[in-house]
Amino acid sequence: MNISVKEWFKSGSPWVWLNAGAVAISLIMVVGLLGLIAVRGLSHFWPADIVQGTYTVDGQSKTIAGEVVETNEVLTKQLIEAGIKIPDDTEFSTRHLLKVGNRDVYGSDFSWALEQFFTDQSKPAMLFTAERREWGNLYGYLRSLKESGKEIARVDGYDQSAEYIALWAELDKRVERALKIREDILVIEKHEIGAINYELERLRLKERGLQLDNVTDQAPYAAINQRRKELDAAYEGMQQRLLDLYTQINRDALTAEVAGGKVVEIQLAKIVRIFRPNAMNTGEKMLHYAAKLWEFVSDEPREANTEGGIFPAIFGTVMMVLLMSLLVTPFGVIAAVYLREYAKQGFVTRLIRIAVNNLAGVPSIVYGVFGLGFFVYFLGGNIDDLFFAAAKPAPTFGTPGLMWASLTLALLTVPVVIVATEEGLSRIPRALREGSLALGATKFETLMKVVLPMASPAMMTGVILAIARAAGEVAPLMLVGVVKLAPSLPLDGNYPFIHLDQKFMHLGFHIYDVGFQSPNVEAARPLVYATALLLVLVIALLNMSAIAIRNHLREKYKALEM
Amino acid sequence: MSIENSSVIPDLDFNTPAARRGRKLRALKDKVASVGIGLGGVSVIIAILLIFFYLLYEVIPMFRSAEVQPWVHNDQVVEPYAVPGAGKTLYMAMEEQAEIGIRVTDQGNIIFFSTTSGEVIKSIQASLPVGATITSFAMVSENSRMFALGLSNGQALVFKHTYKSTYPDGKRVILPNIAYPLGEQPIDVASTALEHLTISGSEGSYALIGGNQENLQAIFISQTENMFTGDVELEESTTKLPDLGIKIKKMLLMPDLAWLFVAGESGKMAVVNLRNQDAPVITQVLQASSSKITTFDLLLGGNALLLGNAEGDVSEWFLVRDDQGEWQMTKIRSFDTGNTSVSDLAIEHRRKGFATIDAAGELRLYNTTANVNVLAEKVAQANASMITLAPRANAALIEEGGKLTLLHIDNEHPEVSWSSLWGKVWYEGYEEPKYVWQSSAANNDFEPKFSLMPLAFGTLKAAFYAMILATPLAICGAIYTAYFMVPTLRRKVKPFIELMEALPTVILGFLAGLWLAPFMEENLPGIFVTLLMIPLAVLAFAYAWAQMPKQIRWLVPDGWDALLLIPVIMLATWFSISISPSIELTLFDGNMRHWLTNDLGIAYDQRNAMVIGIAMGFAIIPTIFSITEDAIFAVPKHLSYGSLALGATPWQTLTRVVIPTASPGIFSAVMIGMGRAVGETMIVLMATGNTPIMDANIFEGMRTLAANIAVEMPESEVGSTHYRILFLAAFVLFMFTFAVNTMAEVIRQRLRNKYGSL
Repeated sequence: MNISVKEWFKSGSPWVWLNAGAVAISLIMVVGLLGLIAVRGLSHFWPADIVQGTYTVDGQSKTIAGEVVETNEVLTKQLIEAGIKIPDDTEFSTRHLLKVGNRDVYGSDFSWALEQFFTDQSKPAMLFTAERREWGNLYGYLRSLKESGKEIARVDGYDQSAEYIALWAELDKRVERALKIREDILVIEKHEIGAINYELERLRLKERGLQLDNVTDQAPYAAINQRRKELDAAYEGMQQRLLDLYTQINRDALTAEVAGGKVVEIQLAKIVRIFRPNAMNTGEKMLHYAAKLWEFVSDEPREANTEGGIFPAIFGTVMMVLLMSLLVTPFGVIAAVYLREYAKQGFVTRLIRIAVNNLAGVPSIVYGVFGLGFFVYFLGGNIDDLFFAAAKPAPTFGTPGLMWASLTLALLTVPVVIVATEEGLSRIPRALREGSLALGATKFETLMKVVLPMASPAMMTGVILAIARAAGEVAPLMLVGVVKLAPSLPLDGNYPFIHLDQKFMHLGFHIYDVGFQSPNVEAARPLVYATALLLVLVIALLNMSAIAIRNHLREKYKALEM
Repeated sequence: MSIENSSVIPDLDFNTPAARRGRKLRALKDKVASVGIGLGGVSVIIAILLIFFYLLYEVIPMFRSAEVQPWVHNDQVVEPYAVPGAGKTLYMAMEEQAEIGIRVTDQGNIIFFSTTSGEVIKSIQASLPVGATITSFAMVSENSRMFALGLSNGQALVFKHTYKSTYPDGKRVILPNIAYPLGEQPIDVASTALEHLTISGSEGSYALIGGNQENLQAIFISQTENMFTGDVELEESTTKLPDLGIKIKKMLLMPDLAWLFVAGESGKMAVVNLRNQDAPVITQVLQASSSKITTFDLLLGGNALLLGNAEGDVSEWFLVRDDQGEWQMTKIRSFDTGNTSVSDLAIEHRRKGFATIDAAGELRLYNTTANVNVLAEKVAQANASMITLAPRANAALIEEGGKLTLLHIDNEHPEVSWSSLWGKVWYEGYEEPKYVWQSSAANNDFEPKFSLMPLAFGTLKAAFYAMILATPLAICGAIYTAYFMVPTLRRKVKPFIELMEALPTVILGFLAGLWLAPFMEENLPGIFVTLLMIPLAVLAFAYAWAQMPKQIRWLVPDGWDALLLIPVIMLATWFSISISPSIELTLFDGNMRHWLTNDLGIAYDQRNAMVIGIAMGFAIIPTIFSITEDAIFAVPKHLSYGSLALGATPWQTLTRVVIPTASPGIFSAVMIGMGRAVGETMIVLMATGNTPIMDANIFEGMRTLAANIAVEMPESEVGSTHYRILFLAAFVLFMFTFAVNTMAEVIRQRLRNKYGSL
């Protein structure tokens, strides 16, 4: 059946199709965005092969090696305009972005390479990658192993040989050893010395508090000094142990030849991981992938957050969200119950309801400004004056911190909980309440035993939505408590265990900070994608559970209304 | 609850003491609970509403006018006291804490005194050469604390008053002293008596100009410290100034030593260019005032001139470059005054403000940037002759008939006025009045530029471009989903799009800034082709589909077409992007960015409004979509059935019946989406350059109110004007979104009531 264009337009169906197109575009955008994050985030951990080749520009050749990060086509004309001498016989040229690493040698991690200049490409099995604690990755050929400055083994050449394998195994063992010692060092530095420092600081505050209270009795001062001496002695002992460990860890070093022929020496203490991606098979690569993924979620960041893991950010986010939900749940529910069950329904309640509804739409940065002005400077400043006078002039609560961040976000999300709970309460049939009252229960008993249990899924929905919103909110947190790098977690073994006044790291802020404030954005970008993916997953999960609960709830009351 | 009427069951006694107690307890619990819940609920609601009041509380002090009171010292009002020392006052000033004052007399006496009692703390006699008397006085600037005395023998002495705080026994004691920054020896300025003198300059480079009407000479002094000995060496050069042609009353030299301003008789002013030190040129002689000039001073920073006359007018002047590139002394603004002759004018040390005292004894405080008179109060009798302000501008000292009065001034935020926040302001060094936001700079005498206009403009610009993308997509999508889509698919699609509402905007911002912006820069022609190509492809596919035989069309039932379109759109997009370089090569000579900038003159930033439009549009699509979809879906089905039954096509039914009914809901959806776009912070922060410019160009960035708060709030000093203006920005955002949302909510409720009756 043929239809003319005119008739077709008259039927209106092109407009319907355009509307359908809008839905399709929205869906594509959503899926595309999630896909983009997922692909970029997850591919980062895969051990990419190292490509080596000869790069010839203007007749000068050099050897380069690196991971291919990106490949694109550029207009040859644009390249010529940029001053690159390239024959203009083709319209497009292929260009690779190589991660060449060795920042300490070359100055930057990344380098563009034009395909037509990049010849003799190969993937030598002997090339290895070393993830270091500073200066980024190292790519090169293992040359020798040193112990206390003396060379103990050496290989030359660029092909895999038996002696090379042996040397590699030895290196592996020694790196393992260095990592073990490093763990011991961390335990001492972070936990034991950290605890001593913490107690010393508390003693100082105690002494200052005594001075402020004009206590003249010398006994407490003496006790403080006594304890301080003990701590100092313990500290000395630990210092000695640390010194020993440091000499041990600094024993071994390796030398490697990087592309270009330069030989560099690095201490094994500076190495996080060594591997030869070109020699790995798929199974090994998958194991490596899993290890990297685990490092990402469980380890601390390195190199100004551009490497390593994001555990402190995950931990900070979870802590903040937990504290927030502890605050927001009771208050939100009480407010909703009051509005729906106790307050007289009339113009005022309607007004309040509209106001509460609208507060959910107030920009989050406004809450941040309020939190900073009211909570941090006003409340925090007063709390400091009253309870933490000893620590002054350093502020305790008068500075952005975990507690104020949680409170601010609680305020930000309380309308969500109120609205959801109210909706749940309004869905409960009147007959149920009346039944309970008719049986002689008081209003409160009806509320506790009948109404609230039935409304609990709605409350859950509200709280989950609140959590999802809080977990993704960054703008207000930038004002009231997040930092790019927190020295310690807000929860540890030192009394009072949970440090509400501390600043913390946050996934969302981590994305902003690493993606935009980092000195080496190019190197950090994959990590940001991975962080974004994690955040999206958490939030999508929370939202989906909220939706599931909501649907379940609807089904349940459908039956009741019958 | 009374149970007396209930039939008593013998073996079930409800009236035992235990049961009664239980009932009492339950009743009590109930009471306590109602009170508790009431209290809790009300306090939560109050806590939420607190935001509004707290923001207001922080904003209001900015708009309070200044206050002046007598100074209170040790709970005692400081009464006027006799001027310490003899002679006529040439100069008066106070130190940082306003505890010690300095008075320089025409006898060469430099007297430090307690500002609260007038008690002399230290008195120094300037060592004048034999036979010389003081004939003139000049000051470098208030905050430099340097001044010069011109002598009858053509020499000048330069002093600086300095203060040192010491804390013996934990109490602050301030020790005043006099220093000689240009050496203790008198400096030869002119061969005749220095009837007029001016001095200016800064660290290491000073100039003095002095002499009499016939003979005016300038001396330029540059100090260099010898690297080895640490001695300061002076290098001097002199020059003679040309005849000014007006009778000199007072001279002022700009700190860069390039311009000299001379006030003459009967309101005349001369401007001398000293840039070429060997050959000064008179560039302008103008009638600056209609009557006698009574005060003539440089504002903080030395770039602007304040001129007061006998009629009581006070005006601000500075050099402005004209069309030919010549500097012209221009009257910028005049201030509201009491129309009585201005006796003296004092310059603030740290702000662009000043105070005047006039012949009627009225004290007036001004701020030049905001062009406001923040205070006008009679504090003295008619014969007040001199006024000076403390460095912190919290105190003023007024000399009046041989007595000194110390006043306390409370003037925290003079730089804010309605016109300075929302109007065009002519800032120092600008060629014309402009809207500028520039809250801080490295130097101290910087003029803060607090115009909220560029920020408000940026906010609306970002919202506008986001709405352009989001509104059609979201509304069309919602129409299709609510009206045409099969329910099974609808139940999947709707939550999926709504899920996007929860997506953290920091992720969208990061993708927009780091992925989309470079991508768009590379494929700019492709993006525009995509915008054109997608609707065309959809229509083409739809038409082709309509031509298909029924057997094929019936494979996909009505309401599933959206899924069919997904591959079509993807293909169209891929095609557009992949032909992008070829288009660039054939139409734009290989580089569309260059073409835009060079041929069209349109500036291009990588992070621009178009990136924002897409990223933020993405963020608000779910909001608009969800509410619109609800509104359309809620239109009673019998309305559309009626229309269809009368023979209308589905599309006619939609446009003539369903959409008009749902239009308030759609409108409120757009409003709420707009509210969200206005307040969005992270996307704008990350995907624009955050430059506060006022330009609607889609290829340039902007700075929004929200992003500005996020950037500047952490560095802002608590309680400062900047801090409060950021609160004001937050308040504006709050009020705007609140108003928009309330409107949307009210419309939505109306709509709900209307449907209820249908």
